[in-house]
Order: sequence, then structure tokens, then C-alpha cells
Amino acid sequence: MSREVMEYDVVIVGGGPSGLSTAIKLKQLNPDINVCLLEKASEIGAHILSGNVFETRALDELFPNWKELKAPIETKVSKEKFLFLGKEKSISWPTWLLPKVQQNHKNYIISLANLCRWLGEQAENLGVEIFPGFPASEILYNEDGSIKGVATQDMGVDKDGNKKDSFEPGIELLAKVTVFAEGCRGHLGKELINKFELSKGKDPQQYGIGFKEIWEVNENNHEEGMVMHTAGWPLDKNTYGGSFVYHAQNKQIYLGYVIGLDYQNPHLSPFDEFQRFKTHPAIKKTLEGGKRISYGARALIEGGLQSLPKMYMPGALLVGCDAGTLNMPKIKGSHTAMKSGMIAAEAIIDHIKENKDLSVYEEKFNKSWVYKELHEARNVKPSFSWGLILGIIFTGIDQILFRGKLPFTLRHKHADHETLKIANKMPKIEYPKPDNIITFDKTSSVYLTGTNHTDNQPVHLKLKDPELPIKYTLTKYDEPAQRYCPAGVYEVQYENDLPKFVINSQNCIHCKTCDIKEPSQNITWVTPEGGGGPKYGNM
Amino acid sequence: MKILVAVKRVIDYNVQVRVKEDNTGVVTDNVKMSTNPPDDNAVEEAVKIKESGKAKEIVAITVGEEKAQETVRKALAVGADRGIHVKVDGVIEPLAVSKILQKIVDKEKPDLVFMGKQAIDDDCNQTGQMLAALLNWPQATFASKIEVKDKTLEVTREVDEGLETIEVNVPAIITCDLRLNEPRYASLPNIMKAKKKTIEQINASDLGIDTKPRIDQIKVEEPPKRKAGIKVANVEELVQKLKNEAKVI
Repeated sequence: MSREVMEYDVVIVGGGPSGLSTAIKLKQLNPDINVCLLEKASEIGAHILSGNVFETRALDELFPNWKELKAPIETKVSKEKFLFLGKEKSISWPTWLLPKVQQNHKNYIISLANLCRWLGEQAENLGVEIFPGFPASEILYNEDGSIKGVATQDMGVDKDGNKKDSFEPGIELLAKVTVFAEGCRGHLGKELINKFELSKGKDPQQYGIGFKEIWEVNENNHEEGMVMHTAGWPLDKNTYGGSFVYHAQNKQIYLGYVIGLDYQNPHLSPFDEFQRFKTHPAIKKTLEGGKRISYGARALIEGGLQSLPKMYMPGALLVGCDAGTLNMPKIKGSHTAMKSGMIAAEAIIDHIKENKDLSVYEEKFNKSWVYKELHEARNVKPSFSWGLILGIIFTGIDQILFRGKLPFTLRHKHADHETLKIANKMPKIEYPKPDNIITFDKTSSVYLTGTNHTDNQPVHLKLKDPELPIKYTLTKYDEPAQRYCPAGVYEVQYENDLPKFVINSQNCIHCKTCDIKEPSQNITWVTPEGGGGPKYGNM
Repeated sequence: MKILVAVKRVIDYNVQVRVKEDNTGVVTDNVKMSTNPPDDNAVEEAVKIKESGKAKEIVAITVGEEKAQETVRKALAVGADRGIHVKVDGVIEPLAVSKILQKIVDKEKPDLVFMGKQAIDDDCNQTGQMLAALLNWPQATFASKIEVKDKTLEVTREVDEGLETIEVNVPAIITCDLRLNEPRYASLPNIMKAKKKTIEQINASDLGIDTKPRIDQIKVEEPPKRKAGIKVANVEELVQKLKNEAKVI
């Protein structure tokens, strides 16, 4: 079947900070260039979730007049705290003793989703054609193996793969350069990294799962501009993670938790750890009398420079966290994602105008401040594989004394799907029941995300071996998908005492954790019908 | 035949609507907005009628703030020929909308006016009926099937007792039920073409319509939370509870 074909100079897959910055920079450099941007969410911003304490460095370069243009960046960080949590108590770490990368006084508390909406408007004003609700589902290759473009998903296909009356075939978008900006663990980015062996010689990528809730709290518990991070309880010392508590505008608190997906205990439930964290006296007192208004979760990149794949290949580039530009010790990826997109735009202009090889992207990247930042940050995350205490001591030496200039690089040894230990050798974790005031269950949480997928469409979470979850993963790891999925997509149900693996794909909030953590890499996340997934507001 | 289809921009049906803290309304900032779902059915039906050769032109119209144009844009992408946006800022009630539509009908002279049976934001279910009264045209509301005949329409209506089939003379107002059809997807090339079409913009004040709300809204509140249910051990206990606690038998 032949599909309709449209040609552009540049096609960008994904409307997050990196993709939008690529598009904007391209148009700023050459207003005549044709740029098309595809976004799988129903609108720009609806799949964006981030803390977010924003460093404006990249935006200052992209739009020096962003204040005039009314970018939604208003709450300057006014106070910082870092707490080590014990079960009941907490110790406050003096801010002056924090490494420089963790100091935020020049930064702003923002909603990244709203910033993306604003960037989307700027891009459209510059003439970028943005198509929300159209996921790129397939990479198109030329005969010589280079990338020709992407195809959008067919719409109106039923769960068995048959065409419904409303069937609308996908179309082919061809480009001189295709930019993949899908964010962490993008499903096309994953295909490219494998096909072109872009990770060859690099460490395995490291990931985390991040949760976020927005609370409206009592005026007395709110201090606009306050930024707090915690480490320690409820995680054990071998599990990497911590929380953020940001006091944003309108009496809102952005509250979240990040857990490294290299955790070892298959009984661990990241969602329940987050819920439990909120019951700590130091946190609970802020939330009491308040109301939770949003919930969401998304996987994020933690591997840093050691795991950063090659970012160019014939006909295409990876930008932002589709490659993995997040700065983990800084707990920030928006500014680096934006900058990588801007550098990509410069490289594309050189490529189209002067026929330069796309490798110019990586040359420019390696000379940029992003590279310098990631280089200084590179040893922090791997040092935490020795546990929290040693990690902190090492990080103090590395970041405060040597400012990231130690003459060696620690490696990431394992991919996250390899770290789980056998279930019956690990302690079971008894999580407290939700009280529906401070803590909640997954169902009521997913409800807040506005997630929906059209009924009667193919399941977008593909099992390579449909028998494996019950035959192997359940026996060996007590099927951890039941716990690592933040939306309750995966369930093991019992019928006549026989276990059955159930995938509630309509609940999927597109976080990609299953694709990362499944011990046999048996689950593949592919794009569902366009417009599906969460409908985040100001996440 | 010429069909005028009215569409409204509302909070997307998947979004969990939240009441503003001061109880003056619901939060709409940075909330995903979409076309009112039964309005999509109205557009789809108009396009189907045009495809069957029984209509020549479809004009999509919306009344509302600047961004309401998105709904007309979507109608254009699935097959409407022209778009009109009547600009009004702030709250607008069904009576004002129907008065505006009356003016547009006077100007455009359509044979049929289609719209959704009601909007999912205020659930008024009034605009179609009021417009029919203002124009003194026949109306068929809650349409789940429409057959176009020579000078009449045979319309099946969703009513409490089941289905009711009526015949209306053209010109007529039809309000559409969700069961009427399955709206098609807008294809990417058609969305692109729709972006390039111009939408005629008219200020409500230029039509001489006073859009000032006539209803004083006192307070908006969330519905009370449902209490958790209980499990009963047996039928006896159930009957006993229904009798003594719920007092329904």
C-alpha cells in the first residue's frame, strides 16, 4: 500500500525542549528552511513531566528577550534546603557545603510543560509546522541504509490489526535530516542506537523513574521560591534516589521522587516508595490540609557522558535525552536538552548549506558548555553504586575539592535490566495502605493524569514472548512489572488458581519504565494511536 | 443544500476538571481543550451528506474567544469548506449564541443547521432549541440517524423510551447524538491545508448582539465525595441493611 508523501528540509520527532529548540534555532538561522515537528501527545506539553528547577542558560542564548516574550518563567529560587531523612528524623545539610552543581540560587521553579507550550508558540510564529497527535512510528531508510525520514502511525486500526471504517493511513515525511527528540528511551531512538551501534564502546545507559505530584497547600505551609531536596529514607542505602519539593506559584508545591532503575530488589515498588516518602514528618507537615491536583511519572536518563551514544548517523541526529544529555548531579536536563537541539540546528544548517558531514554536530557538541558540564558531572552517579554513604563522600571530594576534574572516569557496569536479584533471596517490602489524604493508590493517581487511549486499538506494549511473564519472570522475580509500572498497567491475575498476565495498556502514561527494567527485555513500548496517553496540564 | 455546523471549544473530555479555589468556576489555564464531542458528530454527518452528493457546501462556525478558532480549523480539516469565527471574550450563554447563529443564518441562508445535542462543559442542551425558536424552523434533537430526502429529513431521535423517528421539513435545526456516527480522523495533509484556509472573523458586537450573561453564577463546587462501599457477608445482612440503614425496602 502506498502512503502519501510529504517532503521537508528537516523533520523533528518530538515536541519537548530539545525538539522545539532545534526547530526554533533552525528557523532563526534560516527562515526559509522547511521544518516539520511531530508530537505524539494531543497537544504540545501534554506528555511533558519534569521537576522543574530551570537553568536559563540555553534559553538566554535562544531568546535573549524571553522575559519580554512572556516566557512562563517567574518564580526565582529564593531558598534552598537539603535534608537527609531518617525514618522519623531529618538532618539538614548546610547549603554552603553543597557542591556547586547543586546550588540553585540563579534558577527558576517552572512547569516544563508550560515552557514547552510557549516554545511551541514561538516555533509556530517562526513558521515551524507542528503536528500534535501524530506519532512517528516507523523509520524510513534509503537503499544505502541512511535515514530518509519517518512515517506517522496509521489511525483507525482495531485490536486485531484490521482496518476500521475510520482507517486513515499514516503518511511518509521525508527530510534531508531527521532529528529524533523523543526524550528518554524514545522507541525510534532505541531502534537507531541498536541499528547503527551508536552505543558501541560506551557504558550501558542508566535510567531512573521520576514521579511528580502537584499539591495545592495551605498558605502557612508555602514559601514561594523554596527548593528542597532529600536523600535517605524510605530507600535503603543501596538504592539510588531522592526527592524534590519545589514551592511554585499559586500556593502550589511540585513534589517528586526519583529512583534509579538499577535497584536490585524485585519487591521494591517505586510508586509506593514515593507515597511512603510523603508520610515522613518533615514532608507531611507541608502537605497537611492541602490537596493533590496532579500526578505523573516518566523515566529519565542518568548515565551521563559515559553512556552518551554517538549522536549522529547518516541522515539523522539524536538530541536531548533521546541520546541522554541530562546532568544527573545537577538534577537538570532541560537546559542541556535545549542546547543540544540548538547545536544540532547549527550542524544541520552547515550540512545543508556547505554539505558538511553530520559529524560536525558532535564536534560542536564536544566544544560546547554542555559537554564541559557533563564531563565535570560524570563521576557522581557511578560512585553511588558503592552505596549512599560512600557515594556522598566521594561526591564531596569529586565535586567540592576537585570540581569534577579528577583524572579518571568511573564506569557504569550494568544495564538496569540486569540488576534485579532473585525474588526469594530478597526481602519482601510491606507498604502501608494509602490513607487517601496524603498517600494514594495507583488507580486514583492515574485518574488524575487524564490518560486515555482509543478503545479497540492494538496493544502498544509488545511482548516478544507472551509466555515469559508467567513461565519465567513471575517465578524468578515475582513479575516486577506489577510494581515498577507507575500506572498499574501490568497485573498478574489468578483464574482458578492459574496466574494470567494482564496488560491494561489503556492506562499507560508513556513513562517507558517497562521497556527499560524488564529483566529479559521482553516488553517493547511502541507508539499507540496519536493523541493517546496522559493529558498533563502544568507538569 | 448548504449546511451550517456549529462547534464549541470545551475542556477535553479526558481532563479531570478542577474547581477554582475561590469557587468562581473551573480551572482552564493550560488545560487541554478540544471540540465538544457531539459537535464532532455534527461535522462528520454534514461531511457524509456532502460526500453523498446531497449537500454542496459546509460552513463551520464557532462563537468564543480567539483560540476557539481551533475547532473551526479542525472542522475544515475533516471536510468543511469555509469557517466563521464570531469573537466573544468571557462567558457566553446559549441564548446569546443562538441569537448570533440566527444572524449568521440570515446572512448565510443555509438549509440545515447542525450542532451537538449539548456541550459537555455546561451541559445546557439549549442552543439548538433556542435557535429553532428564534428562526421559527422545525427542529430534530438528539439525532442518532439522519436520512436526507427531497425536501425533508427523516431523523431518528434518542429518547428516554427508545428511538423515535420523525420527519422534518427543510430548513431545519438538527442536534446530534454521539451515536449518530464515528467521526473521522483529520489526516496530516488535510490539517496542513486547513491551516492555510482563512476563517472569517466577526465581532459579536458588530452583529448587534448583547452577549452579557443573564445568569448570575453564585458558586461552583465539586460534587461530594462518594463514601467507600462495604462488603456484606450474606443476603440476610444485605436485606437487613437495605431495610434498616438505607431504608429503601
